[in-house]
Amino acid sequence: MNAPQITNPKLIVRDLNFFYGNYRALKDINLDIAEKMVTAFIGPSGCGKSTLLRTFNRMYQLYPKQKATGQIMLDGGNVLDPKQDLNMLRAKIGMVFQKPTPFPMSIYDNIAFGVKLYENLSRNEMDERVEWALKKAALWAEVSDKLKQSGTSLSGGQQQRLCIARAIAVKPQVLLLDEPTSALDPISTAHIEKLIDELKKDFTIVIVTHNMQQAARISDFTAYMYLGDLIEFGDTSTVFTNPKRKETEDYITGRFG
Amino acid sequence: MLTLYTRRRITNAVGLTVSMFAMAFGLFWLCWILITLLGHGLPALDAAVFSKMTPPPGSDGGLLNAIAGTLMMSLLGTLIGTPIGILAGTYLAEFGQRGWLAPITRFINDILLSAPSIVIGLFVYEVYVVHVKHFSGWAGALALAIIVIPIVIRTTENMLRLVPNTLREAAAALGAPQWKIVNFVTLRAARAGIITGVMLAIARISGETAPLLFTALNNQFWSADMNNPLANLPVVIFQFAMSPYEDWQHLAWAGALLITLSVLTLNILARVLFRQSATTH
Repeated sequence: MNAPQITNPKLIVRDLNFFYGNYRALKDINLDIAEKMVTAFIGPSGCGKSTLLRTFNRMYQLYPKQKATGQIMLDGGNVLDPKQDLNMLRAKIGMVFQKPTPFPMSIYDNIAFGVKLYENLSRNEMDERVEWALKKAALWAEVSDKLKQSGTSLSGGQQQRLCIARAIAVKPQVLLLDEPTSALDPISTAHIEKLIDELKKDFTIVIVTHNMQQAARISDFTAYMYLGDLIEFGDTSTVFTNPKRKETEDYITGRFG
Repeated sequence: MLTLYTRRRITNAVGLTVSMFAMAFGLFWLCWILITLLGHGLPALDAAVFSKMTPPPGSDGGLLNAIAGTLMMSLLGTLIGTPIGILAGTYLAEFGQRGWLAPITRFINDILLSAPSIVIGLFVYEVYVVHVKHFSGWAGALALAIIVIPIVIRTTENMLRLVPNTLREAAAALGAPQWKIVNFVTLRAARAGIITGVMLAIARISGETAPLLFTALNNQFWSADMNNPLANLPVVIFQFAMSPYEDWQHLAWAGALLITLSVLTLNILARVLFRQSATTH
């Protein structure tokens, strides 16, 4: 595998293996996630791309019988180290899911919820933070006059941007996006893609997507995975125009998957 | 030969007819009960029912002491049973994934849920009434609480399980500790369902007779003392309906109508509440 030249990795993955019980879902994964760039994971269903994403913030730990071995280095520490403080890790690494997941509370409280976990802000500071996050997520204009309304009252695309606002309000360094647009219509999808392009100025972004055009449009690096193996990883333009591996070419040209 | 499509249409028509008859059969008895109840209960329902005490045979009276006793014991039983039920149900749904305690608790709770209420009455009689040597409102409330607990446990667990896991993951991904996820996210998401469960539990205990026979018994006079035998609608109905006195029988009908109407109201309220929350989510 030809690794791309990444001079400023934010996350360094080495010999990562993942197990659902006895089933090995990730096999010796090695890759670097570039800082303040967009890295996309593509591949057919069940290839392990979401699983890989969920190791970065140890989301799998909610479930018994799931475990990861190897190394994921972030700021000099191993994410997988049992001594790693999970809450602090998740303060640094935010996540947005496939289906919008607004909490059953007001738009304002949805965003304040995460912030309150780490910071003691005054009323004014919190107002500012909420506004900042909603502006960053390109949602402010639509909800500024109804912050007290329930987050569940928004449309699907707005809900997803609310979730992005909620994740960035905590001021993480890395943003994990697990198929963030697969439940949205094309217009909302375009909104979110534009947003991702904006957000990469401040955040390191890793996105899992089923949509290859999306990966081609928004990512700087692309990793193609198949059956738990990282088949190819490189510059997005290289992977899409001149893939090194036959499997990658077959997948991105639609001959398979 | 019949075509496949015609055969399917016939099967459909037959199935539909059979289920319509089944529905009509069930509704028939329900309507009959309601009509009988209204027919006998409505004429007996007057101001005296709400303002006078249960009378000796042959004199005027009402059901005030029984209504008050039922309200007091149902309220207290709900107040005792609801927190325990919600906490235990939360444990089962949110914290009990690993280990052996939760499956065993769930199994025992299911047994308790289907235990005949007379057994619960006897239990409280044995462990409480026998020791203090008199029937009392406390004992009645305790028996009702024991009926409330398994119902609330079951609905709380079920409602929490309906909350999608992605919501828990989203909160965990922000770094929230589990108690915060449960308190501020999942319990809130399940709130309407849990309240519905509590209301159904109240509806259930407000008509229970057997557990009160062994615990609160009855009291012919006005009493708000929970430490004394306490009048209550179900036992009064039981006693008065079995009696040979016509005025007592009338009062029994009035009481039965009252209970039925309040249970009906609670059920309708629970449904409305649940539907409202379903449309806003």
